Amino acid sequence: MSLLSVRDLSVKFAMRDQTVTALNHISFDLAKGERLGIVGESGAGKSITGFALMNLLSRPGFIDSGSIHFEGEDIVQMSEAQMRTIRGNRMAMIFQDPMVTLNPVLTIGQQMVETLQAHRKLSKAEAEQIAIVKLREVYIPSPEERLGQYPHELSGGMRQRIIIAIALLLDPELIIADEPTTALDVTIQADIMELLLELCQSNKVGLILITHDLGVVSQMTERTLVMYAGRIIEAGRTREIINDPQHPYTQGLINALPQQTLPGQRLKQIPGNMPGLDAVPVGCPFAPRCQFAVDHCRTTLPELVRYGDVEVACHEVNRLHETRTEDQSA
Amino acid sequence: MLAYLVKRVFQAIAVMFAISLIGFAIQDNLGDPLRELVGQSVSEEVRQQLRDELGLNDSFMTQYLRFAGNALQGDLGTSYFFKEPALDVILKKLPATLELVMGATLIIVGLSVPLGVYTAIKPNAILSRIIMGVSIIGISIPVFLTAILMIFVFSVEYGWFPSFGRGEVVHVFGSWDTNFLSADGWMHILLPSVALASIMLPLFVRLIRAEMMEVLQSEYVKYAKAKGIRPFRIYFVHALKNTLLPVITVGGVQIGTMVAYTILTETVFQWPGMGFMFLEAVNRVDTPLIVAYLIVVGFIFVVTNTIVDLIYGLVNPTVNLARMGA
Ligand SMILES: Nc1ncnc2c1ncn2[C@@H]1O[C@H](COP(=O)(O)OP(=O)(O)OP(=O)(O)O)[C@@H](O)[C@H]1O
Ligand SMILES: [Mg+2]
Repeated sequence: MSLLSVRDLSVKFAMRDQTVTALNHISFDLAKGERLGIVGESGAGKSITGFALMNLLSRPGFIDSGSIHFEGEDIVQMSEAQMRTIRGNRMAMIFQDPMVTLNPVLTIGQQMVETLQAHRKLSKAEAEQIAIVKLREVYIPSPEERLGQYPHELSGGMRQRIIIAIALLLDPELIIADEPTTALDVTIQADIMELLLELCQSNKVGLILITHDLGVVSQMTERTLVMYAGRIIEAGRTREIINDPQHPYTQGLINALPQQTLPGQRLKQIPGNMPGLDAVPVGCPFAPRCQFAVDHCRTTLPELVRYGDVEVACHEVNRLHETRTEDQSA
Repeated sequence: MLAYLVKRVFQAIAVMFAISLIGFAIQDNLGDPLRELVGQSVSEEVRQQLRDELGLNDSFMTQYLRFAGNALQGDLGTSYFFKEPALDVILKKLPATLELVMGATLIIVGLSVPLGVYTAIKPNAILSRIIMGVSIIGISIPVFLTAILMIFVFSVEYGWFPSFGRGEVVHVFGSWDTNFLSADGWMHILLPSVALASIMLPLFVRLIRAEMMEVLQSEYVKYAKAKGIRPFRIYFVHALKNTLLPVITVGGVQIGTMVAYTILTETVFQWPGMGFMFLEAVNRVDTPLIVAYLIVVGFIFVVTNTIVDLIYGLVNPTVNLARMGA
């Protein structure tokens, strides 16, 4: 049985004059201990997916349909009280910006102890012992002293390590990390990612890593979902997706990577912008920006279907694949 | 910490200096002390001589320094009407006013937090809408009108509460008689306290609500939810503490402002405090008493603000008092 099984998940936002769809019939699975990357441009719906998995969508957003089975139980149907026993306990989340994630008026110790006590009957002293062990695992120097400190006394990198330690406090089965390093100094981004990878592997924790960065995805994850305008447009093993992307959008993302660009050459950005939620075109949402689009693409929505080792939502995937193979052999 | 304390105390002294200057300028320009002392029937030569003796012909600076020096020793002049040191007159009236302010503060603190938090957590509930509606009314009606309306309804129409005075007070020590130790005292202080709180309470409810709603949208509140923390703890530990920090600062200023509002409340309820006394002193052109009142109220204002600032620094971990002193 998979750890997480998402089926036809749709999320909507009830705006004043209309209801817009932010996630459109998303389906995917995650095995125990598996690491999955979710990539896509800004606004693709990556964070919304993360919050939906926690059943934590705030006000205008709501889960419209679909199911999220976590170890066999459907989160969508759960009461708030049931959901609370899962959040922070069996499923933990790491937020994007460590500078604003921790509560400024509570000490590190208070914020760690309360998490443990929310899920287990522990005295403060017992909880602090566990907190110290976890802080040590994320290489925080002199963890005993940290417990008494306030967030503003610590650097961003240190805070994100602490947030990782908090995520690990109750030995969860799944960690959802939403761009955990984008707000950090470039020099420590790799360290934090490495730490996260090491801890997920050694603790056999499943990971959903949300990011813009395909390079990070290739180092960190075994499988990848590529999202565009609230849909999954390509899914499969990370290696295959990076080495042989099928969807023109995924190809565009990979071509835009700095590694794919020769020195002195300009980055090859995908022209145009992703449509807003209120202006998603009929047919393939990527068609307006796709150089391979044909009439059919502009009228009919492509389904996500198996193609070789991956799943792709593109009408022209066959033709494109053949042309590419011909180009390579020529 | 010490450096910050010293800095705040210096600021407080500077403000007191400004207030004393204003007080002195009023004394210098309001009424003729000679007339109060000797009346009309004294010849001009004697008057001049008296002026010299009293130092009234000295330069402004010399006179001010004398005034300030006396003030520092607790001598704020002698009331023309009471023929007593002005400060003594005021200190006798002070407890009544402070008790009124205390009563209003209790109402404000006791009600604004639960009402503000409730309306922030349940912004669409019918009760929240009612609270917000009533608060607008409270803010828009002047204190003296609220006071008169309350007397009309609760004293005249229903006869539930007495309409004036302090009633039966219990002696504590010195010139301090308290309303808080007898049932009759409570009955008498209730209406004036509510009247005095009638503007600040709605203001604070709205302030706490606005702050709380903003805090509830913050990342750290979302994060606390993601950790599985119970709503009660999120509201009252995570959110409320962050909500109250800015409210404390505003609160300090408002306690001082409330002392000024006591003039209106005390007059309507004939509450024998220093606000009522001040209005009488103005009617009698009792200049020393007026000036002494200004200085005492200014002093209370400065002291509460300084204390509130220090408390703010202590409860807010992100304020580094040691650094702020530098
Ligand atoms: N509270 C909200 N009300 C209305 N629309 C929202 C709200 N939150 C997000 N959206 C919309 O939902 C879409 C998906 O947002 P989401 O935050 O998931 O994007 P993302 O892929 O995480 O982007 P980024 O890389 O910038 O974080 C966006 O178009 C966004 O405008
Ligand atoms: Mg996002």
